[in-house]
Amino acid sequence: MKSLPITIDSVSKAYGSYVALDDVSLDIQAGEFLTLLGPSGSGKTTLLMALAGFVRPDSGKLLLGDRDITRLAPNKRDIGIVFQNYALFPHMNVLANVAYPLALRNTPRAEARQRALATLARVKLDGLAERNIAALSGGQRQRVALARAIVFEPRVMLMDEPLSALDKNLRETMQYEIRRLHDDLGITTIYVTHDQREALIMSDRIAVMNAGRIQQIDTPQRIYDRPSTRFVAEFMGEANIVAPGSVRRVDGAEASRETLMIRAESFHLDAKLAGADAVALEGMLRAKAFRGENWLLTLALDGGQEVLVCIPAALAGGCAELAAGQRMTAYAPAAKVHAIAGAMA
Amino acid sequence: MLEAYPQNRFARIVLWSFAALVMAFLMLPTLVVVPLSFSASSLLEFPPHAYSLRWYENFFSSATWMAALRTSLILGTLTALIAVPFALLACISMNRLGGKTAASIQSVLLTPSVTPGILLAIGLFFVLAAQRLVGTLFGVLVGHVVLAVPVACIVLLPALARFDWNQVQAARSLGANWARAIGGIIVPQLRLSLLSATLMAFLTSLDESVISIFIASGRNSTMPKLMFLSLRDQIDPTIAAISTLWTAIVVVVVVIVALRQKS
Repeated sequence: MKSLPITIDSVSKAYGSYVALDDVSLDIQAGEFLTLLGPSGSGKTTLLMALAGFVRPDSGKLLLGDRDITRLAPNKRDIGIVFQNYALFPHMNVLANVAYPLALRNTPRAEARQRALATLARVKLDGLAERNIAALSGGQRQRVALARAIVFEPRVMLMDEPLSALDKNLRETMQYEIRRLHDDLGITTIYVTHDQREALIMSDRIAVMNAGRIQQIDTPQRIYDRPSTRFVAEFMGEANIVAPGSVRRVDGAEASRETLMIRAESFHLDAKLAGADAVALEGMLRAKAFRGENWLLTLALDGGQEVLVCIPAALAGGCAELAAGQRMTAYAPAAKVHAIAGAMA
Repeated sequence: MLEAYPQNRFARIVLWSFAALVMAFLMLPTLVVVPLSFSASSLLEFPPHAYSLRWYENFFSSATWMAALRTSLILGTLTALIAVPFALLACISMNRLGGKTAASIQSVLLTPSVTPGILLAIGLFFVLAAQRLVGTLFGVLVGHVVLAVPVACIVLLPALARFDWNQVQAARSLGANWARAIGGIIVPQLRLSLLSATLMAFLTSLDESVISIFIASGRNSTMPKLMFLSLRDQIDPTIAAISTLWTAIVVVVVVIVALRQKS
């Protein structure tokens, strides 16, 4: 199966005065797994629907390979889509659902049946071909939707929060399976989610969106460790944005004068673990909470700012004895301290 | 309604009696023609003194009545065949447009159902006269379609509102053009509502008299038109026999559809 790159070139879309997409440009490589990540209303679904052909951009261009598809009808794009609610056809059984795109392409009946069955086996639904849609569990419906979207060998696959209706365990299983399916097929995939963990686990690259704009596009690790804006830092996890001047260097060197981002789990309570060039934050313990795999401490700095410190349970020997109101110091290795653009809010 | 008074026996009796009274009030005028139609007398008398089937024989042996029956059935069928697809497409577009645009289209489409029939008939007469279509079957058909479209829309709009539009988008993304998405995905799932809409459109045409009186010529009179005319010219129990048959046809069609919807 030959997959194609996608080029999104300065695409804008407004509904009245509401700007859903604000001059978005993005290059997706052939065979890449790219996630559009953002809160609701950030424009990620609008962008996906523009690629699918259900939203016509006000301006800008969409290229599939080197073909301009901006104004092409959805049924001529050859793009497989998995919808959030699966959108299976309840009046057809599983096999008919999966064979539907083949029937539309006038594939001979026997071949269509055989290809649909092979695709069902690929998503581990062997033996359910004759079932009614209503008789399937949520996870099985998800697999039927997947099978239907890949059976006609599209060159691109779009997925709109496909796992949001599943419970947590099933969701994690499906994350790995979708990613494995992508790797097997090598199909260019654009995946929409608001779940940052899901994005980190599944993606080659993540494009973080907010208010109709792409905030940052990068590998999961760089998005997490080196966010370029405060929004990305805070959206991706427990981030502390620390004002210049509230940290000191353990080795006595001059501390950075920039606004710093330090993730809660980057801290150590033991200075030795943080290294010689660590930065130190001093304050008063305001609250502590045991969360199973770790302790979450809330530290009030002398300037009044609160900092979240997350210590893994395995390293948190003394945490149970800490008392609120006591003075303490948290250390972060220099490599985990990241200067971000933009002033303090 | 009745479950609201589980303990109060008196209230239940009053309610049931009231409901029975309303039913009787609605049904009796229709049912009273049934014994009249089997009367042996040539006058409309109730109760009849002797019984016979002569008025049914009279109806079935009359070339005029048979022609009107044929006209009415053809008109009803054509009306349903034209009005229902039209209404379906209109409802789909209203469903997709939403908001004020859809509301204004809907008010235009539903106007014929709230306009007095006589006004519609007069207006239609002048429009058709200009096209030299007065007296043609086509002219009557236009009038009946205009009346049947709102009826079909009223049945189809709520059904479409419950329909999951993502399915159409899914079908489109999988390669279906509009025609195949509507025919393969929407129509099969709305088949019960479409059946109801077809029946309602058919009955709207079958039951329509005012437009038929204005537009239809003698050659292609509909049943209701001929019934009006025969009541004016001469009263004999043939009209009761026809009414009974008419009621029976409608009841049979409605019952069949109701049974199919249940299964």
